[in-house]
This record gives sequence, C-alpha cells and structure tokens, in this order.
Amino acid sequence: MTIFEQLVKSNMKKAYYSALGILGSHDAAMEISQQAFIRAYRNFHKYDKKRNFFTWYYKIMRNLCMNYFRDNRNRISFDSIGEFESMEPQSNPDNIYEKIELKEKLTDALNELEFEDREIIMLKEFENHSYKEIAEIMNIPVGTVMSKLFYVRKKLAKKLESML
Amino acid sequence: MIDDKFINLMEKYFVQTLTESEQKEFENMLEDNSTYKQEFEEQKKVKEVLNMIRFKNPEPEVWENYWMNVYNKFERGLAWLAVSAGALIVFGWAAYQAAEKIIQDAETPGLIKLGVAALVFGSLILLFSVLREKLFVKKSDKYKEVKR
Repeated sequence: MTIFEQLVKSNMKKAYYSALGILGSHDAAMEISQQAFIRAYRNFHKYDKKRNFFTWYYKIMRNLCMNYFRDNRNRISFDSIGEFESMEPQSNPDNIYEKIELKEKLTDALNELEFEDREIIMLKEFENHSYKEIAEIMNIPVGTVMSKLFYVRKKLAKKLESML
Repeated sequence: MIDDKFINLMEKYFVQTLTESEQKEFENMLEDNSTYKQEFEEQKKVKEVLNMIRFKNPEPEVWENYWMNVYNKFERGLAWLAVSAGALIVFGWAAYQAAEKIIQDAETPGLIKLGVAALVFGSLILLFSVLREKLFVKKSDKYKEVKR
C-alpha cells in the first residue's frame, strides 16, 4: 500500500477538482474520486509504471463520472452548493452585481453542457492540463482537442452573449 | 466554417507556444479576415470569464483524512467480501443439510421434496450463471466500465 498511498496523496487534489469540475458537487467529487482510487488499486497490476499515473487513474474516474452524470443528470448543478468563487476581491458595488449576474449565467451555461463538453472545458480552463494530456485522457488527437475546445467556448459565448 | 489551422494557431497563442513564424502567420490571419478577428475576440472573452472563476477549496481536514477514507473504504470492501463469502458458505451448508433432511424424511410429501429439489437446482444454476458472468463475460465486455 505504501507506493499506492504516495500516489493517492500526490494526486488526490487533482482527482478531486477534476471530479468536481464535472459533477459540480463536493460530496459526489469526494465519493467518485475515492471510488476511482479503490478501483485503481484493484487494477494496479495493469498500470504501466512508465506512464503518467494520473492519466491512467483519470480514465478510471472518467467512467465512474460518466455513470454518475448519466444517473443524476437532472440533479447535477454547479450552483447548488456554490462551488465557485470569484478570484478577485469585489470592492466596487457595481462590479458585485455584474459579477453575480455573470456567475449565474456562466453556471447555467456550464450546467447545460454535455458530459464531454464540460469535461474538456474543465480539463483545460480549470485544471490547466496541456493539450497533449487532454488528448491522452480523452483518447483523441491533439488537433481534435483544440477544435473541440473552440466549439465548446463558442457554445458558452452564445449562452453568455449579453454579458460578453 | 473556421479553418483548423486558425484554431490550432489560436490555441497555441493562448498557451504561448507560438513560434515566431507561427505568430506572424496568426497575426496575418487576424488582419486579413474579420471573421477570424471576431472569433478570436469572442474566444478570448470566454476564456477571461472562465479564468475569473475558481473552485472553492475544501477544509484542510478533507485532505488530511482523504487517504484514510480511501483506505477505510477499501478495507470495508474487503470485509464485505469476506462476510459475503462466509455467509454464502454457511447458509449454503445449512440449506444443503436442511434439503437433505427433508428429502430423506419418508414422511415428507413428494410434492414438497420436488419443490426442495427444484429450489436447490435453481439456486445452483443462478449461482453458476452469476459466476460465469463475473469471471468470463465481463473480461471480454468492452462496456464493462459502464454501469448497467
């Protein structure tokens, strides 16, 4: 367990935030990311030590997230327990109203995205993975990652039209 | 329709990995085509909005307890497996003894004996079917990770 314990400890934050980005709930992200570690441990003999652990682990977690997403589609929402916060201090009252409105619109827009769209935005814009990593995780070419990102951002732009 | 080349250069621009010649090519594309310029501005704005948002950090205890939670869940999973296997063996043996007694008892009506035999036979088939699915079918099932 010692090596695996190290791997869990060094990847738990990334795992949790990735699950949170897709599922939008602290409890679900905790449960799914931990379940995925248990599955990863059971299948640890299949893991190629030369490759990145997180990429391998993420594929396991992705399947669990997909199942959860499919079973709880109508209940998944980013706004339910306010998992987002603005980075900047909001000193100007005019800005506060504007930012709240923007946050609401963005939350709605993200909630409406399909699993893969939400996932790719989360991996790039929130988790800051490289295109290569995303390509490996999603099993698609780098060029496809780039064009998918472009079109998902376009979808978001359409939903946020009046705010941009 | 947006050219893949443009998308590729724009994404590289966002992560600042454009070479000098690519930078020039990208700038030329923006200058020569107003649609590209518009798309670029739109993408930039969406990225800015997304970058303003960050996830809330959970309490520090969450990270302190994370490994223990994984370990406990794993341990409980093993415990449940042992309990289930033990229960299966004990109840299986008890059921076998009971069935044997009922069948060997001369006073038990024939219909009941037949029912007990069918019950035992059916249970064995069910057990065999579940084991076969777990051991053989799932190994070659490409959708095995998708919950049914």
